[in-house]
Amino acid sequence: MSVVLVDAGGTNIGSVRYALQRLGVDAALTADAATIRAADKVILPGVGAAGPGMARLRELGLVELMRSLTQPVLGVCLGMQLLCAHSEEADTTCLGLIPAPVHRFVEAPGLRVPHMGWNRLIAKQPHPLLTGLGDDDQAYFVHSYAVPVGDWTLATSNYGEAFSAVIARDNFHGMQFHPERSAAVGAKLLQNFLAL
Amino acid sequence: MLSRRIIPCLDVRDGKVVKGVRFRDHVVMGEIVELALRYRDEGADELVFYDITASPEGRSVDRGWVERVARVIDIPFCVAGGIRSVDEARAVLYAGADKISVNSPALERPALIDELAGAFGVQCVVVGIDSLRDADGEWRVRQYTGDPGKTQALARRALDWMVEAQQRGAGEIVLNCMGSDGVRRGYDLEQLSAARALCRVPLIASGGAGAPEHFRDAFIEADVDGALAASVFHSGAISIPDLKHYLRGQDIAIRL
Repeated sequence: MSVVLVDAGGTNIGSVRYALQRLGVDAALTADAATIRAADKVILPGVGAAGPGMARLRELGLVELMRSLTQPVLGVCLGMQLLCAHSEEADTTCLGLIPAPVHRFVEAPGLRVPHMGWNRLIAKQPHPLLTGLGDDDQAYFVHSYAVPVGDWTLATSNYGEAFSAVIARDNFHGMQFHPERSAAVGAKLLQNFLAL
Repeated sequence: MLSRRIIPCLDVRDGKVVKGVRFRDHVVMGEIVELALRYRDEGADELVFYDITASPEGRSVDRGWVERVARVIDIPFCVAGGIRSVDEARAVLYAGADKISVNSPALERPALIDELAGAFGVQCVVVGIDSLRDADGEWRVRQYTGDPGKTQALARRALDWMVEAQQRGAGEIVLNCMGSDGVRRGYDLEQLSAARALCRVPLIASGGAGAPEHFRDAFIEADVDGALAASVFHSGAISIPDLKHYLRGQDIAIRL
């Protein structure tokens, strides 16, 4: 099985690659359209802001390519938000592969932004991506923007209100948390993606 | 609900984990990767590595061990130690660290915080503050605390600096209360509560943990997001699994 990591910048690429290595998968880091198109699985990592993230995909000529993919695709953190329709972050039009908006968390007493730390995952729809997910399983989040709950939501988490922790539409999937930094729970969910 | 974080801190000196009492007299506690794996297995929520001699010696953190840790560790970790520029921060983040923490270099040049937040986002940028109460009752910032011979007392009030750091783009604050550090009599709840009232980003308590109740008090009374400790974990005085079960029993949101 060939797995590629789309090299669209973002400092967590190395961490995602190591996480895949721990699962026995050596993922190539690439921005080459042909390599991405030929892969069995495509992962779009990402840390940073939506505007520069989309700009980087445009510079690399990968926007239409990403939209044309038919194999399983996983966006992680900012990568997940880039799969969505639009982000409030600098009013950025994203890839539009999952018809969801991305909103900023609203600060409130006791509700610090960024949402940083471990939070429980709550399954909302049965999906192979969530196989084996337990009631008390938590994942590590670091983000200031979030996708609201909609028909794209597979699992939620709560921070002031429920938001989307795992989303999917057709072959496109997203995890708002960092599976590469979510210990055994993250490894299980990454393994589930590799098994799709 | 967001869990409160238990964060072992590994002070790194010459490639080994060390611990001193009141920041002095460092003793080697073990190998970096070995201790990192042990804490991951015990349920640590995050790890912080401080290269305690990097800043006083004017050098940046050694990236070799950052990469070794990143390969084996599947929980987040933060690296601190003499990071003075966006390029140095990028190297550490690309080596696999999730966050970088700046302390003395941000005091030398506060615009560093703005630059780091602009380059990587506030979520990567932790500002560590070493604070000690002076004779007049004010908490003031200490700089270059990694080397007792070079430590400087600044005129800057700790909480003023914390507010400025947030305005400049700190995504998290680690407040190290030096008066209670290493003596295991509890976190400085008075100072942490005062900081909490002014801190809109995650606040991490540091300095003074000696018993499970100290963690409970920091979470309940000072409402901190995470609690950092070193010697009590390194020595085995507090076991992380026992601590986390105790805290959950106190109705505190904890990852088990």
